[in-house]
Amino acid sequence: MQIYLPIAEISVNAFILLGLGGMVGFLSGMFGVGGGFLITPLLLFVGVPPGVAVATGANQVVASSISGVLVQIKRKGVDFRMGFVLLFGGMLGSFIGVQVFAFMTSLGQIDLFVQLSYVLFLGLIGSMMFMESARAIYRARRTGVSAPPRRASDHTWIHRLPFKMKFRTSGLYFSVLPPAMVGALVGFLSAIMGVGGGFILVPAMIYVLGMPTRVVVGTSLFQIIFVTGFTTVMHAINSQTVDMVLAFLLIIGGVIGAQFGSQFSTRLKAEQLRILLAILVLSVCLKIAFDLLVRPDELYSLSPLVLP
Amino acid sequence: MIRVLAFLLMLCGPAMATETIVTGLSQNRVQITTDFDGSDILVYGAVKRDRPAPDDSQLEVIITLEGPSSPLIVRRKHRVAGIWINGPSVQIANAPSFYAVTATGSVDDILSQDEDLRYGITLARRINTTSISINTLDFPEYTEALRRIRIKSDQYQMATNRVQLVQETLFRTDFALPANVIEGNYKVRLFILRDGVVVDSQERFINVRKTGIERDLYNLAHQQPLIYGLLSLVMAAFAGWAASEIFRLARR
Repeated sequence: MQIYLPIAEISVNAFILLGLGGMVGFLSGMFGVGGGFLITPLLLFVGVPPGVAVATGANQVVASSISGVLVQIKRKGVDFRMGFVLLFGGMLGSFIGVQVFAFMTSLGQIDLFVQLSYVLFLGLIGSMMFMESARAIYRARRTGVSAPPRRASDHTWIHRLPFKMKFRTSGLYFSVLPPAMVGALVGFLSAIMGVGGGFILVPAMIYVLGMPTRVVVGTSLFQIIFVTGFTTVMHAINSQTVDMVLAFLLIIGGVIGAQFGSQFSTRLKAEQLRILLAILVLSVCLKIAFDLLVRPDELYSLSPLVLP
Repeated sequence: MIRVLAFLLMLCGPAMATETIVTGLSQNRVQITTDFDGSDILVYGAVKRDRPAPDDSQLEVIITLEGPSSPLIVRRKHRVAGIWINGPSVQIANAPSFYAVTATGSVDDILSQDEDLRYGITLARRINTTSISINTLDFPEYTEALRRIRIKSDQYQMATNRVQLVQETLFRTDFALPANVIEGNYKVRLFILRDGVVVDSQERFINVRKTGIERDLYNLAHQQPLIYGLLSLVMAAFAGWAASEIFRLARR
């Protein structure tokens, strides 16, 4: 069944979109990430223009994050105070990111910029996560117990920064600057890559901020809702590239897939899940890097000229 | 006296054309609805004449369909440090978003160059290459790339022998509008020719518009972007909440 997308102005098979949403939703339910880093490249592959893919991807992440955070709130897995600090930084980062996005679009380099961001961040996070989880699996084989992930030691440079605040749910007392900075980075990435940034936020919260794992997923989802929501509205205002029909189909597929994914995830161990996610992230990264390096079939591209 | 005569001749000029076109369209409006998957447009007509058709030349018909034009940037990728990135670009002042030409034969054979210049019938005449900025020397390669890309996406269609002409009087042809058309007024132009010269021509318009929810969403996104953005969020929030509730109930 073909469906015409009013903003993307192309006609796409509705079942392909539902399937894409479902597949990404399954993975995001399984690994506890928003799945934006998969949705945007897949939409580009189907033929959705990059601007629409990024903005609509952000809108889709809003839905999957809300669905996830509702579960986490019941488990008391959300540190609201930390969430608001991350959020403050996130808004700032998102605002800057949307401006950079518009600027790169006007230069005609937005595709390259989005692709390079993907290669860089997915490559970095994917390989870090891969090494960490491989080490954990190796250690678990030798000792028979799965070791908890390393936490930031009690007194590092983070604790010497000013503007300290007490984060009771996480049991932490330190400066608001590091979480605000982490939030800003994630907000920036959300705006230019159409991702929620969970794949960066979660490791950063564990390894840099030293938050307990039990509140990490919920708090990151909480902040992602607002950052991607803000990004969606900013893109809607700046470039009118949010396609509601496209988002709706992706969301329907996504929320259904996510429910099955989260049930499936209970059958696997934590470090097995992490290494699978790392492999997934790295393969997306390699695919995009490959596209950049190989001579394209069509060297020329068309884009509308907006007269000043 | 001679001037008056010449003036009178000019006045009755059009009426003196021995052959004129009468046309019809299968539809004068195309609605882009949610399930829009392209549209077929039938153009038909007849040649009306007040005296028998001349025997010494053959009647030919050319029909074109043209979508709204807009300025464009054509970019060429080049390799920098092993990576293919957008490099030099050419701005094209005006190119139609859709253009289809069909005829009773090969357009090159039945249309003289002078008449093509005068009426702008072939695609090359419709792409306005008086470009705003040229920062490259191989300009023709860029317009060729524009042609190639749009032919591949069915936005430019060059079909010969697609007009059926019966007894030099009745003719018809079909245009296939692809699903990736943009909104606007599409112009149908019909030409009848003898010996490469246009005998008569006519223009008709087809209004291509989004309708229903497509129309409403598009308008809202462009006229009230803030409200549209917030509405997208509400939709996402509701869908996320509803999904988790439905599955929670279903699991009980």
